[in-house]
Amino acid sequence: MSAPRVYVPADAAALSVGADAVAAAIAAAAQARGIEIQLVRTGTRGMLWLEPLVEVDTADGRVGYGPVNPADVASLFDAGFPDAGAHPLGLGRIDALPWMARQQRLSFERVGVIDPLSLVDYRAHGGLAGLQHARDTGADAVLQQIIDSGLRGRGGAGFPAGIKWRTVAQAPGPRKYIVCNADEGDSGTFADRMLIEGDPFALIEGMAIAGLAVGADRGVVYLRSEYPQAIAVLRRALALARADGLLGAHFDIDLRVGAGAYICGEETSLLESLEGRRGQVRAKPPLPAHHGLFGRPTVVNNVLTLTAVPWILRHGGKAYADFGCGRSRGSMPVQLAGNVRHGGLFECAFGITLRELVVDIGGGTASGRPLRAVQVGGPLGAYFPESLLDTPLDYEAMAAAGGLLGHAGIVVFDDSVDMAAQARFAFEFCALESCGKCTPCRIGSTRGAETLAKVSRGIAPEANLKVVEDLCTVMTDASLCALGGLTALPVMSAIRHFREDFGP
Amino acid sequence: MADTPEFDVRVADALIAAEIAAARDFYGEDANGATALLPILHALQARFGCVPAEAVPLVAEGLNVSRADVRGVLSFYHDFREAPAARHVLKLCRAEACQARGCERVAAHLASAHGLRPGQTRDELTLENVYCLGNCTLGPAALLDERLLANLDESAVDALILGLKESGS
Repeated sequence: MSAPRVYVPADAAALSVGADAVAAAIAAAAQARGIEIQLVRTGTRGMLWLEPLVEVDTADGRVGYGPVNPADVASLFDAGFPDAGAHPLGLGRIDALPWMARQQRLSFERVGVIDPLSLVDYRAHGGLAGLQHARDTGADAVLQQIIDSGLRGRGGAGFPAGIKWRTVAQAPGPRKYIVCNADEGDSGTFADRMLIEGDPFALIEGMAIAGLAVGADRGVVYLRSEYPQAIAVLRRALALARADGLLGAHFDIDLRVGAGAYICGEETSLLESLEGRRGQVRAKPPLPAHHGLFGRPTVVNNVLTLTAVPWILRHGGKAYADFGCGRSRGSMPVQLAGNVRHGGLFECAFGITLRELVVDIGGGTASGRPLRAVQVGGPLGAYFPESLLDTPLDYEAMAAAGGLLGHAGIVVFDDSVDMAAQARFAFEFCALESCGKCTPCRIGSTRGAETLAKVSRGIAPEANLKVVEDLCTVMTDASLCALGGLTALPVMSAIRHFREDFGP
Repeated sequence: MADTPEFDVRVADALIAAEIAAARDFYGEDANGATALLPILHALQARFGCVPAEAVPLVAEGLNVSRADVRGVLSFYHDFREAPAARHVLKLCRAEACQARGCERVAAHLASAHGLRPGQTRDELTLENVYCLGNCTLGPAALLDERLLANLDESAVDALILGLKESGS
């Protein structure tokens, strides 16, 4: 019988609260006590308030302890570890915890479970079955499955992935590209990072399937430099995939690292950056599907879009579409962040309400103070007051409520928040990150921040708020891309729902 | 972060040539333009701690683009620096999720207690702002060189800076 497996996450968030020290303490204690264990470093389950979360195999499934400090390790072993003994930090079976049991983990089914850099583990948990199915059935059948699944772009725009892929498949040309947008710059989002660190082969498989479907033999991952751990994991995963023959002349992937520009999350700006230029947005049309990287037909998809693909191919497009509601099909990895008691990653079918997520699942604020606002969808998403928390999470419902779903990051604020400061920050962030190509964004953002500062100083607040509203209209209607075009959402939602904060 | 070496033309040229070859290898004829530019700038900065002015003509010549093109890219991206930072760089997240967890208090404390404002260097530590490190439930977050930090508050920052001073002396 092999040594029992002990699982400790090596996800960046877990490392930031000391997972390496816990792993080292477990290894040292096991050696000192003459107990043989097999230490496996995994991704995170996404219950970040429990990190470092240590798990062991039992006859009933995986049992967890958390949050574990190095100082707790001796008492864990005293309680019989790695046999699942009773301990104050014991959580019981991980799958049975309400946080896990309430999810529909499709894209994240392996994250936190397997060794992310083991192709043996990956295959044993259903990995590469989707690619095999794609190879067996051919490009047309794959396109049909993706269309049937109703999968929409998870980066924020929500464009149907199957339509995009079909456009690229039908575009003529000797060379096409699959570009993965991993420039996850929105505050409150970390699903791309978690997935790359916890199950990188799923991204590689998803891109390989996309390449097969559209006739591309080259892929590129544009990964932000703010994620050093994800860069290291993906680099090793790509080398392993090449050694295994999963990647090679038939389809290969280049890893490119960003350089701290938020705007490069916008797809045309990302393409400019890959071509070695300033990350300035391109006017559309032409669409990247026709004229993308180096002018070639290009699929640009977010990490979560591409990693949904292996599951869809394995289980069928219809099985995926059976999750969700309205025109939002499948599951969405929601990220609960900011001032929330139980924060982390929660993947579930579309249709769940903000209140269920923030209050029932997230447990309200971390500070214990009353909740005042939630921002959904990153720095370009709207601020919702408590009264709008019954809005369901789907693309259309969020838009109808004056917001956007974006990359499904939810940032919780308690009653100490100054919403005028948040509105001003939205303009300041836009000014800082504007690529400068179009005037409404480049100039409007700076004038907006100045005008809101006047409001806060009590200088003609009514008249100046009217100026801000005019400015927001111009930015919305005349900006070249979503940065200038959506900055009005956080600004105007803050003014609309929290008017009392705008004044001296 | 280790001490970075003086700029060396031959080393720089070798780094530039290696990145151009890697881009050609992967992208073929599509790599004829400035495709390798960002990887080159990253490689130079990793080696020399910055992309010094002397490197710009070498990069331009290697890629057959103008110096203005290189300078334009260099100045566009927040990551690239034209002069070296201190031995350690602390990038404090100032984005919304960390704001909701008190990063503004941490920034104010760094300024008042340690004389460190974004963009400034003191005692072998450079402080910079960053917008999201993907640690949005465990903020305030920061990146110390390549190490991600969580749950920062005034006392954690004091301990961190004291630790850096002790390890440096």
